[in-house]
Amino acid sequence: MGPGSREENVSKKTNANAALDDTPSVVVAKENNALQIYSLDDAAAHFGLDIGLPLANARAICPHLKVFDANEAADAKTLGDIADWCDRFTPLVALDPPHGLFLDITGCAHLFGGEAKLLKLLCDVLTAQGFAVSAAIASTSVCARTMTRHVHGRIVPDGEEADAVGPLPVSALGAGSTITNGLRRAGLKTIGDVASRARHEITARFGARFSTRLEHALGQGDAPISPRKPLPDYIVEQRFAEPVSTESVISATLSRLAETLVAAMEKQGKGARRLEASFFRTDGAVRTIMVDTGRPVTKREVIDRLFRERLDALNDPLDPGFGFDLIRLSASRTEIVVQQQRDLDANVHDNDELAALIDRIAARIGGKRVVVHLPQDTHIPERAVQAVSAQHHLAAAAQAAWPAPVEEEPPLRPLRLFEKPEPIKVPFATVPDGPPHHFTWRRAIHAVVRVEGPERIAMEWWRQNGQALTRDYFRVEDEAGLRFWIYRDGLYGSELVTEEGEPAPSNWFVHGLFA
Amino acid sequence: MTGARMNTLAALRGDIERIETHGDLHAPRRVSLGHAEADAMLRGGLAVAAVHEVFAEGHQSAVATGFIAGLAGRVALRRPLVWVRQDFSEMESGALSMSGLSELGLDPRCLVTVRAADGESALRTAADALACDALGAVVLEIWGEPRQLDLVASRKLTLAAQASGVTGLLLRIAATPSPSTAETRWIVRAAHSTPAAQSAPWSAWGAPVFDAELVRNRHGPVGRWIMEWNCDECLFRQPATNSQPVAAAPAHRPHQAPVHSVFKRKPAPHAMRGGTRFA
Repeated sequence: MGPGSREENVSKKTNANAALDDTPSVVVAKENNALQIYSLDDAAAHFGLDIGLPLANARAICPHLKVFDANEAADAKTLGDIADWCDRFTPLVALDPPHGLFLDITGCAHLFGGEAKLLKLLCDVLTAQGFAVSAAIASTSVCARTMTRHVHGRIVPDGEEADAVGPLPVSALGAGSTITNGLRRAGLKTIGDVASRARHEITARFGARFSTRLEHALGQGDAPISPRKPLPDYIVEQRFAEPVSTESVISATLSRLAETLVAAMEKQGKGARRLEASFFRTDGAVRTIMVDTGRPVTKREVIDRLFRERLDALNDPLDPGFGFDLIRLSASRTEIVVQQQRDLDANVHDNDELAALIDRIAARIGGKRVVVHLPQDTHIPERAVQAVSAQHHLAAAAQAAWPAPVEEEPPLRPLRLFEKPEPIKVPFATVPDGPPHHFTWRRAIHAVVRVEGPERIAMEWWRQNGQALTRDYFRVEDEAGLRFWIYRDGLYGSELVTEEGEPAPSNWFVHGLFA
Repeated sequence: MTGARMNTLAALRGDIERIETHGDLHAPRRVSLGHAEADAMLRGGLAVAAVHEVFAEGHQSAVATGFIAGLAGRVALRRPLVWVRQDFSEMESGALSMSGLSELGLDPRCLVTVRAADGESALRTAADALACDALGAVVLEIWGEPRQLDLVASRKLTLAAQASGVTGLLLRIAATPSPSTAETRWIVRAAHSTPAAQSAPWSAWGAPVFDAELVRNRHGPVGRWIMEWNCDECLFRQPATNSQPVAAAPAHRPHQAPVHSVFKRKPAPHAMRGGTRFA
C-alpha cells in the first residue's frame, strides 16, 4: 500500500458500559464448560479482575460484581452498525472482529480537515454514543491495530512505524498467548526487542506468520484489508450542517446529486446499472436503498423517477428520525454507454421506452416480478418455459426462437397451466388406460363429451427427479364447453402396480385449461 | 421496411385521411375483430386508445383469457404487450402458458409479464404501463373485486390510455360488472368447439370458440355472438356452420367409442350456432 494510505482501528473495549455507576461489572461467556470473564469495565479491572478469569474466582475477589451474559451476535451487529456509520468517512471499511474496524482513509482525510481532525471527530462521536474507543492512524493496517492496543489517538507519520511500535509490549501484536509468552520467556519484552533480532531467528522459533505480522507492524509491507462492500465506481454525497428530514429537501438533494453523478459518468462515457442511495441519520442509523436498471442510465430525470418510485413503494418508509446529516448517491455498477444514432425507425425508440418502463415497474415492485419468457428445450410441460427477469433478459427474449405453431391445427397446449397439477377425482374409466367419462375438479363434476388422446409424455430419466411416472395426457371438453388438459400419472399395469403385482388405481390430475 | 415502420406510416396516413375528410382527429381509431356482425355493431371494430373490459366467472377464466388474448393480438399488432396479473389469479386459474399463447398466434417474444402481488399494485402498474406509448396493449388481470378498482381508478386508466394511444384490456374474473368508463364490456362464456374436419380429423375440437356477449358499447347497440378465434390469421370469425357431426370419429380410435355414447346421452346445451341474439 502506498505511503499515503492510512489505517485506523476503532476498538470497542467493553460492552459492559451499560452500567454507568461505579459498581464493577463484567460480561461472562461459557468457555470449557465454565463461565469466564469475556469483558469488563474499568471498575472491575481496578479490583484486579482480568479477561479469562473464571466467574467463581471473580466473585470471590469482588462479591458485589454485576454480571451480564455475553451476546456475541448482538456484539457483531453493533460492530456492523458502527461500520455502517463509518461509511461516511470512507467507502473502504473492513471489520476486524471481535472489536475492531479498519478504515482505509487514503485520500479522504482532507475532506474532514486533515487526519487529526478526522480522528477526533470519529472518536468524539463514538464516545458520545457511549463506546470506549481506542484509535490510531498509520500507514499499514497491522501497525495501526498494534498502536490501538496500547495508545489512543496516535497518528504515526510515514516511515516512523518502527519507532512508534518499538516501545510497545509484545502483547500489542496480538499474536496469541503461546507466542507472547514464548517471546517474554526469551527476554524479548517490547516489539523493539523482537525487531532487533535477525528475522530468520524469529521465523525459525515462532513461524513465518508471526514474522510477517511483525514486518507489517514495523511498516515493511502491508496486508490488504477486505472491505465490507465493494468500492462503487462513482460516489457523490451531500453533507448537511443541519439535519434534514423533509421529503422535498431529500428529493431535491437526490436530484442534485444525480446531476453531479451523471456529469461525472458522462465524462468517461459510462451509465449506471445499479444505483445506491444511502441516508445517514444523525443517530448513526444508515439506510441504503438500491435501484437496478436494465440498461445504463445517463439521465438525471430517469434516476430521479426511479428513486421516487422506489421510495414511494417502500414497505417500511424512510424514517428520518431526527434528520439525515449525509445523503450519498453512488453508482455501484456502471457500463459503457454505446451512443446510438437516433433514426426515424420507431423500433429503437420503442425498445428504449419499454426498457425504461420495465425499470420503473421493477423499482417499485421488485426486479423479479417483471419477467420475460425464454423457451427451454424440454418436452415436460411445466419446464418448457423459463421466466427470467425482464431487466436483464429483454434483448435475449426478443431473439428467442419459439416453436412455430402448425398451420390449421387446433391448440395442443393449454393457455393456462397450473404450476402444480391439481388432483381430480375420476370414478372409473371404461378401459383401464382410457380417458374418464366424468371427473370432479374443485368439487364440481364435469362430464366429458369430447376427448382426444392419449399424448404420452415420459419423464426425463437423466435428471434427478426423472424417476417420476410417465403421463398420459388427454384433451377433454365438458358439457359446458370448458376444455381441460388432464393426465393420468403412470402407465396402467406396468408402472402402476401394487406390491402383489396387481394393477394399482391411478391418480388423475388437471394440468391446464384451454381457451 | 420493418413492420413497425409500416404501422407508423399506416397510422399517419389514417390520421391525414381523417383530418382531410372529417376534420375530426378525436374519432377513435378502430381495429376490426374479423367477426363481421360484431364489427358492424362496434362501428368498425374495437377502439384503440381506450379501455375494454372482459368479465368471466371463476371457472371460465381460461376462456376469458383466450378471448382477451385474441383482443390483445388484434390491437397490439406485434408491438410489445404488457400483461399484469396478481398472484392470486395465477394460483386460482393457472399461469399464462407461453406455448398456449404461441399456438393462439400471439408472439411470446412481445410479452412482458408483471407479477403484481395484489390488486392495488397490479392496478398501479397497469396505469403506469398504459402511459407508455411504446406498447401495443396492456392487459390487466384482476381476480374478484378489489376495493381500489372503482370509478376513479377506471377513469384514470381511460385517461392514460387516451393520452398514450395504448389500448387497455381489463380481464375481470369472478367479478360482477360495475359502473366504469370502459368503451366496451364483454361477458365471455365457454362454447363448444367443432373439430375442423379437413385439417385435423384426429382432433377432438377445433379452434377456440367463445360465447361472447357485448353488454356495453358506448357508441352503439349490444349483442351476443359465438366467435371462433382463427389462430393462423389471428382474427375472430364466425364458426363454420357446415361442421360435421361431433360424434363421427375415425374408426381407428376404438377407445373413444364409450365417450361417444356419453355424448349422445348428453347433447351440448350450447347448441346455438351462427345466430345473433340481442340481449
